[in-house]
Amino acid sequence: MSTIALHDEHNHDHADHGHHKETLISKYIFSMDHKMIAKQFLITGIIMAVIAMGLSILFRIQLAWPDKNFPFLETFLGKWAEGGRIKADFYLALVTIHGTIMVFFVLTAGLSGTFSNLLIPLQIGARDMASPFLNMLSYWFFFMACVIMMSSFFIQTGPASGGWTVYPPLSVVAKAMPGSGLGMTLWLISMVLFVASSLMGGINYVSTILNMRTKGMDLWKMPLPIWAFFLTAILGILSFPVLVAGVVLMIFDRSFGTSFYLSDIVMGTDILPNEGGSPILWQHLFWFLGHPEVYIVIMPALGISSEVISVNSRKPIFGYHAMVYSLIGITVLSFIVWGHHMFVTGMNPLLGGVFMITTLIIAVPSAVKTFNYLATLWRGNIRFTPAMLFAIGLVSFFISGGLTGIFLGNASLDINLHDTYFVVAHFHLVMGSAAIFGMLAGVYHWFPKMFGKMMNAKLGYLHFWLTFIAAYLVFFPLHFLGLDGVPRRYYAFTEFEFMKKWLTVNVFVTWAAIMAALAQVAFLFNFFYSIFKGKVSPQNPWEANTLEWTAPVEHLHGNWPGEIPTVYRWPYDYSKPGHDADFIPQTVPFSQTMSSNLPHDFEGNAEAEKIQQEWELANPVAENKG
Amino acid sequence: MSLRKFITNKTTAALAVLLTVFANTSVFAQDAAAGAAAAPKVDMGEVYKSVIFYVLIFLAVCLFIAIIGKSIRVYELSREAQGKPVGINWNRVHASLFALFLVLGLYGVYWEYTVHGAMLLPDAASEHGKKIDEMFNLTLIITTIVFVVTHILLFGFSYIYKYSAKRKAYYYPHNNTIEKIWTIVPALVLTVLVLMGFLTWRSIFFKVEDPNNKPLQIEVTSEQFKWSIRYPGADGVVGAKNYKLTTATNPLGIDFKDLNSRDDEMADEMVIPVGKPVKLILTSKDVIHSFYMPHFRVQLNTVPGMRTFFEFTPTKTTAEMQQETNDPNFKYLFFCAKICGAGHYNMQKVVRVVSEADYKAWIAEQKTYLNDDLRKQFNLPVAPAPVKAVADSAATDSAAAKTNQMALNK
Repeated sequence: MSTIALHDEHNHDHADHGHHKETLISKYIFSMDHKMIAKQFLITGIIMAVIAMGLSILFRIQLAWPDKNFPFLETFLGKWAEGGRIKADFYLALVTIHGTIMVFFVLTAGLSGTFSNLLIPLQIGARDMASPFLNMLSYWFFFMACVIMMSSFFIQTGPASGGWTVYPPLSVVAKAMPGSGLGMTLWLISMVLFVASSLMGGINYVSTILNMRTKGMDLWKMPLPIWAFFLTAILGILSFPVLVAGVVLMIFDRSFGTSFYLSDIVMGTDILPNEGGSPILWQHLFWFLGHPEVYIVIMPALGISSEVISVNSRKPIFGYHAMVYSLIGITVLSFIVWGHHMFVTGMNPLLGGVFMITTLIIAVPSAVKTFNYLATLWRGNIRFTPAMLFAIGLVSFFISGGLTGIFLGNASLDINLHDTYFVVAHFHLVMGSAAIFGMLAGVYHWFPKMFGKMMNAKLGYLHFWLTFIAAYLVFFPLHFLGLDGVPRRYYAFTEFEFMKKWLTVNVFVTWAAIMAALAQVAFLFNFFYSIFKGKVSPQNPWEANTLEWTAPVEHLHGNWPGEIPTVYRWPYDYSKPGHDADFIPQTVPFSQTMSSNLPHDFEGNAEAEKIQQEWELANPVAENKG
Repeated sequence: MSLRKFITNKTTAALAVLLTVFANTSVFAQDAAAGAAAAPKVDMGEVYKSVIFYVLIFLAVCLFIAIIGKSIRVYELSREAQGKPVGINWNRVHASLFALFLVLGLYGVYWEYTVHGAMLLPDAASEHGKKIDEMFNLTLIITTIVFVVTHILLFGFSYIYKYSAKRKAYYYPHNNTIEKIWTIVPALVLTVLVLMGFLTWRSIFFKVEDPNNKPLQIEVTSEQFKWSIRYPGADGVVGAKNYKLTTATNPLGIDFKDLNSRDDEMADEMVIPVGKPVKLILTSKDVIHSFYMPHFRVQLNTVPGMRTFFEFTPTKTTAEMQQETNDPNFKYLFFCAKICGAGHYNMQKVVRVVSEADYKAWIAEQKTYLNDDLRKQFNLPVAPAPVKAVADSAATDSAAAKTNQMALNK
């Protein structure tokens, strides 16, 4: 708290920012300003996303044309694509690293890291995070994790390739596949650093939200993104340590000869000495994080889209309390559903039944959220900004992918769908595409806040429509491969007669994926070009209510010159009847909006109600207007 | 604005024109060459392999988009100059695009359901599989209805309630009744699905064994990247294994000290009698694999260090399925569904479902795992060699097995 008080004083003293000399290094590299750290997270996240997308195009090429040579692949990949054909081992490495980067580095750090850092202080009215130094460390641990993960492409045996879930014994026994050598060690080190980063971030987010809200900002006046980041951070704090525990045990198994996950293993005729462990233990530990992880990925996206949809429909979000309670419901339930990833792994079938019940319950809060989005759009006055387009896209993906979850959450149906392309299609829609769309919506919406410039809207439109259509073209057909019993992580479909009919579909899907990838060029160009050459942003470009739009466009350390604004109302007073503008910022007191106040606004404050009644008696016209 | 600058830049423009011309001429040149040289000599394949070719196409597309962007800008500026209100009403454009997307999307979904939906697995060939299929169909109907309705609402609202300066949105922050309804209704529907799923799941994994119709035990062991099948032999029991006994001659580590093991038979394919329950005993030697037999709706991981069980009853013979699918080459298969290494994508075995009589004839011809080498290794007397060859009916076979076993017991 002392830091905050300090900032406060300094900002009083010098109206212009910079009470301590900022050097290039302290401003852009080892910055402790939450806005700069948010940008660092975002740009790193974007770079990782481009890399992971590139990897996916590589394996899509292999799937579409398994018997064609692509000499340029050899140029880039050398011995991993001898003769222009990706090797089976490297194919698995591509799939693994694509998944790891996307889930952890892009959709966890890139999404939560960016927007929690940017929006928490700005939307709750704080000068910075509770612990700016920890915040800086959080970014640099994340950065190191990225570097170490990528470095595994430059070692002899290649990156980890046992799938992003790295199930032992495949990932532990070095002889099982080349990727389980040094590549896997690097994966584990990278993951430990990543978890450290996300914990430092999470603790910071929670303590900032709980302790540093501005005057008047009680929990029920917080914008929904903040609720989402808050619950996401709690999820992360409670579940990530379990992954670290699992990872440490795995490091012991790999390097020090313990047998936590290994027992009764014979590689060829080579009998391993390990006894007494169980590979299932890893799956429990992994999915105890892994399932909350998918909500860590989607909840910030849902929070962002709640805000974006409300602002651009010019309507209050429908059922604010229900939205918060459903987020809380998802948070709690997400801890007791991990077993649905393990229905057919040999786990006791009795547990399968229990996990099926908890899993399908989680569909209820998700359904409530969806219906509330629809109700928010109903009778709105919708402005299709690029952010709004992506938010609507998110809702569509969330529905499509969520519904297929009802199949997979049902243990009986999962028997035949487990580890098929149906699963691939399901999670790419519901947590891949939906979360990425939430992230993009956030980028388009808060770009003016981050860089003080506007992005080009028309390129944004192009980007949205190409990506939206391409994503459906890629993932919708994949459901049917799964329903036909085609397993995922297959290097080629050439060895099975019944899979050959899907080869043409694979070609189609690959072209759609390439189209989606190229559409991102429109975004990347727009993003980097607008940072430097974009139109300067007005103070409140979207006419939104939340606090961040009251902070000056020009960034300053401490966010607001002078005092932090006080909050008087909830953030969703859009198109309130009786008010001349169609939005009322949170900083406007009710005394200035007498014509639009509703009895509900005073939360039982008798005196305020009396004043309002007196005013209404004195101004009968205004009431008729309302 | 950015586009405008980009286009007005003379160098960019010149470069872009050059590129388009170059890309076009090179394509035409290739075409012409292909035509002139009468095909065989020109390897058109090279063109498609050339990355530069695609990069050029992409740049041409970018240029095209930039030109469109520029012309839109010109149009808007000219409208502005003439004092007319707005150039393009983008809100209307997007609203219409959403409506169009809804119509095309629904058609696309219909097309997928009918075209790709017709390419799926045939109806389940096992008893429990039928229940799974019913469950699947029910879930499919419910989810499809929700999918279509919510999307009509989502894109419909986007179309109807597009921005208009004349209108103000309807201030409607909450309605507890509606919210209760759409919490309770999904909860009820899901309760039905959960109950049905739970009962189906129980009926699959918690079977009461019928003493008169004991399941046929078959053990399947996975390793990188193949399957080994072990039939129980005459005693109907698959014998014990111990991974520490694994050698080149005894790759499964079968413990032949266990009497049940001695008559265990090996097989290249899985042959099972129709209508008789089969109990699969699944194990793995090295890493986790997944035993996946989609036609029977059977999947269970094979885990090193533990045995997993799946019981099912096949209901259609391979021949019946060939007729039903109109495919004389139809084969039941089982293959690996859990990532297990480089050969994961090709780890399969054929399953043949046959009549009881055919099964008996087939099983009589299978060899035991126990051979002379292993007998020596386990200090067992080498059996009189050709007992088995004489046996051709099931009865004599079991008799032979008995003599065999007696010989072993000495």
